[in-house]
Amino acid sequence: MLRYAAARLVSLGLSLVAASLVIFAVIEVIPGDPAAFMLGLNAEPDTVAALRDELGLNGSLPARYLDWVGGMLRGDFGLSYTYRVPVAELVAQRLWVSLPLAMLSLALSTLIAIPVGVIAAARRGQAADYGIMGATQLGIAVPNFWFAMLLVLVFAVKLRWFNAGGFPGWEAGVFSALKALTLPAVALALPQAAILARVMRSALIETLGQDYIRTARAKGLNARQTIRRHALRNALIPVLTIIGLQFSFLLAGAIIIENVFYLPGLGRLIFQGITQRDLVVVESVVMLLVFAVIVVTFLVDIAYGAADPRLRHRR
Amino acid sequence: MIEMQNLSLEIHGQPILRDVSFDLRPGEVFGLVGESGSGKSMTALALMRLLPHGSRLSGLATIDGADLTALSEAEMCDLRGNRIGMIFQEPMTALNPVQTIGAQVAETLRIHCGTPRAEARARAVEVLARVGLPEERFGLDRYPHQLSGGQRQRVCIAMAIALRPALLIADEPTTALDVTTQAQILDLLKRLVAEDGMALMLITHDLAVVAGMADHLAVMQKGEIVESGLTGAVLGEMRHPYTRALFEASGHRPDPPPAPQEKAPLLELRQVTRDYPAARRGLFRRPAPFRAVSDVSFTLRRGESLGLVGESGCGKSTLTRAILGLEELQGGEIRLDGEKVAAGQHMPAHMRRKMQVVFQDPYGSFNPRWRVGRLVAEPFHLTGWPEDTEGRVAEALEAVGLQARDAAKYIHEFSGGQRQRIAIARALITRPEMIVLDEAVSALDVRVRAQILDLLADLRARFGLSYLFISHDLSVVRAITDRVLVMRAGRIVERGGTEAVFADPQHAYTRELIAAAPVLPAHWPQGRTGDAGALV
Amino acid sequence: MRWPAQMILGAALTALFLAVALVSLIWVPHDVAALNIAAKLLPPSAAHPLGTDHFGRDMLSMLMVGARSSIAVALVAVGIGVAAGVPLGLLAAARHGGWVDELVMRGNDLIFAFPALVIAILITAVFGPSALNAILAIGIFNIPVFARVTRGGALSLWRLDYILAARVAGKGALRISAEHILPNILNLLIVQGTIQFSLGILAEAGLSYVGLGAQPPTPSWGRMLAEAQTMIYTAPRLALLPGLAIVTMVLGLNLLGDGLRDLLDPRLRRRTA
Repeated sequence: MLRYAAARLVSLGLSLVAASLVIFAVIEVIPGDPAAFMLGLNAEPDTVAALRDELGLNGSLPARYLDWVGGMLRGDFGLSYTYRVPVAELVAQRLWVSLPLAMLSLALSTLIAIPVGVIAAARRGQAADYGIMGATQLGIAVPNFWFAMLLVLVFAVKLRWFNAGGFPGWEAGVFSALKALTLPAVALALPQAAILARVMRSALIETLGQDYIRTARAKGLNARQTIRRHALRNALIPVLTIIGLQFSFLLAGAIIIENVFYLPGLGRLIFQGITQRDLVVVESVVMLLVFAVIVVTFLVDIAYGAADPRLRHRR
Repeated sequence: MIEMQNLSLEIHGQPILRDVSFDLRPGEVFGLVGESGSGKSMTALALMRLLPHGSRLSGLATIDGADLTALSEAEMCDLRGNRIGMIFQEPMTALNPVQTIGAQVAETLRIHCGTPRAEARARAVEVLARVGLPEERFGLDRYPHQLSGGQRQRVCIAMAIALRPALLIADEPTTALDVTTQAQILDLLKRLVAEDGMALMLITHDLAVVAGMADHLAVMQKGEIVESGLTGAVLGEMRHPYTRALFEASGHRPDPPPAPQEKAPLLELRQVTRDYPAARRGLFRRPAPFRAVSDVSFTLRRGESLGLVGESGCGKSTLTRAILGLEELQGGEIRLDGEKVAAGQHMPAHMRRKMQVVFQDPYGSFNPRWRVGRLVAEPFHLTGWPEDTEGRVAEALEAVGLQARDAAKYIHEFSGGQRQRIAIARALITRPEMIVLDEAVSALDVRVRAQILDLLADLRARFGLSYLFISHDLSVVRAITDRVLVMRAGRIVERGGTEAVFADPQHAYTRELIAAAPVLPAHWPQGRTGDAGALV
Repeated sequence: MRWPAQMILGAALTALFLAVALVSLIWVPHDVAALNIAAKLLPPSAAHPLGTDHFGRDMLSMLMVGARSSIAVALVAVGIGVAAGVPLGLLAAARHGGWVDELVMRGNDLIFAFPALVIAILITAVFGPSALNAILAIGIFNIPVFARVTRGGALSLWRLDYILAARVAGKGALRISAEHILPNILNLLIVQGTIQFSLGILAEAGLSYVGLGAQPPTPSWGRMLAEAQTMIYTAPRLALLPGLAIVTMVLGLNLLGDGLRDLLDPRLRRRTA
């Protein structure tokens, strides 16, 4: 297991390096001169030169890349061009909105989808299965931000159970912070849950068709015992990969959905960064997002290795 | 005593079993024999009440006085694994890959007796030792993928007999195993029957296996039992024509073609060696490569049929691919008709034309989207397309006993045996000198197999073909080859005329193989009762 | 065939939206670029079957042109994914275990680390937002999807005997991939294509909602939703209609895809054993 984890760790490192190279290439190489890009066409050459100095753009490309990476490892993400504040500060506050939102949605989505998928597979071909398949068919067609608007209309405007938007901050108390994240999390979670439920269902159906299920029945296990002790655990293994993939979609979705609820997360920061051509902000936030996705993929791989002994013993 | 009376089964209205009746006596082996589709597996599943949806079972099946057909599902769950155990054909997929073997064996005990974990583990160790998997070598914490096919089947047997059932049903338990492993598993089953006094219902398509194991025998065809009784009586008298047909086909030997006249070798192998690079273990260490074929030399003469026998993993597949030019050699050389065979696409077309292949799996051998005509003509890619492609295709199809108009059909319209005929037609189309038959009849039912062997012998005589016949099945090799090579762990351990090697094997391994292979004697002494001893 | 009704419904819905999009190329009831504040927020009537929005634009016309935007983006993005992903997948499978295979797999993993939104962010940060950039972003994300599906399907076919037979017949990997592998994974690709198409519609909606898709004055469903957001209490119709359009189109595509998958599943085809 240790060897497997170590191999995965190496893979993680390589992915991070490759991703950072891609980001660096797009942000700093493609525009030609990032400083000129940021200042626009009408900028004075002096201003551009000053900005180049400030951003450290006068070194060679490899040196700049290493500088950037080294800075990140120290926690220094540079200075935002628009706000004149360290990017690390800007990101830190907002990360604590986007990340919990994504994780909350992931948890919610999984908690809903797994039981629903299991029920649909266990009652395959019956009314419950058709009902679930119909509901999920609808669920996967719904854009999460539109669903969010509907939730606001019903639960915030009509019923007044929740606020229509805004985030009080974690200092105001965990409960009120979570309350502010509830509608967004539900809006994100339900469409993903629909996808996951279907995946769970088909994974379980496929597992139930395997030979070792027949062996279990021949040993005298009844239907429920068979599902619980053999089918479910095995079916969860491929589902695990999907859950990991879902995190990347949820993170992207969280960023979009912040718009509906006026949440002070990474979304606002990055979209403003795009319109204001603040490449420093864009570069750092993108790197962080990709970092999060790669780390979650790594964790899923580890979980996979823990769950399926065949992976650990190969090679 | 377990009795079956007039068991009938319908699935979605289709009759599957009709009035099946037999008895299973404690301490005795009952053989249920038949070809695929005869309903023998369904009989077993009916007994276990593990039937698919839409099944309707009627009749009587009593064990200890209780009628199995009338019990509730909960009551059946009590019986399964407890009073009736069952093992299946594919040991490679019969175990849960993510659970340890100890857990899976102990589960039987915990489910039925509520045994606490520690005690269940201890009992599991005992049961595994009984089936030949002692704890020192096969710890409870092993996973199925760390065991071979034979070892996995032993684990399945352990799970089935852990609670000393009255009946063990074995559905083709050794069909997927090597000959030597098969012998060991069958011996194990016999021993368990004697030790526990349980009844064994052995389902198989192989008459030789059942002849060596069973006290009583029933022959099934199309869902009905056509003949049954004491093994000796059934095989000695063979009243029903189907029984006779099966018996005849099992031991069938096509008429041998005339001996090859030419002495010039067609295929020559000299010190052929093939290594596979081993998987990397650490970041820097790379262990020694795995030698799949080691120093193999032999010749195949024109018009000769040469057999290559060996068990799985002996290297015969690798050797076959090397001969076909699909693998690189690390040593030695292969010559076809005097010319050297080089690996990869570098093999010139005129050489490839001389050598064609027929594979084992009639279902995976063809692109399902192409029509038969195009499939049979594919080798023309090598020689160039003749003017009269259609005519050549028709000629090939007719040579194998099919019709010219079959060229317009799709492959899924044909049965397994017919597909193998089409495969042979594809191999014949370029008028090759030599055909490599890689387990070509292993997946066929026994009567179909006999027909294909006849066809192959006929084609050899007509067209002067040479065959390299690769198989793990000794009886088939004996039926169709002039000379035989025995392969083990990448080396040829014995060679010689087929009859000579079988009659008087020199090498220990050959002797082991021949001893392990169940043999159906050509004539059964009349009126033998009870004693189903070894008949080698 | 299971649930043929489902597939017919799906095909009908998909065809409807495709037809609407095509028609919008030559004719819409009202000009979508013309602002007419006087006619703002009118309820449905004969002249405006779905009413007007806050700028007086006809909702029906907006939806029609929006359909065109969404479909164009999603379709071309699928095209990119197929054109680049399928050959890569075939190549990786043909050279399984070699460095080409390894490279393709690593490349896939790398792209998967970037959600489509993030790719869009990267592209638009440097090139500015536009429909073309949305197409590129979604298309790039589609490449590893198709590469992975193709490689998986191809690998399971390479093991079969008829491929070996083709090699014995002297055919090279390229020819085998074209003649034997590709036709037999076509089903897989068609089904995946409809899935990615529907995901593309959703992705395009999300991107234009945050302003990274088609720019004004070209209408797009996502941006219509963004504009409608502030008026959700006063004029919910403006937010409901584009959303319903998205749901219906994606639903139609998914039903079609499921139906196709059931139809093309080789295991359901009759076989004489």
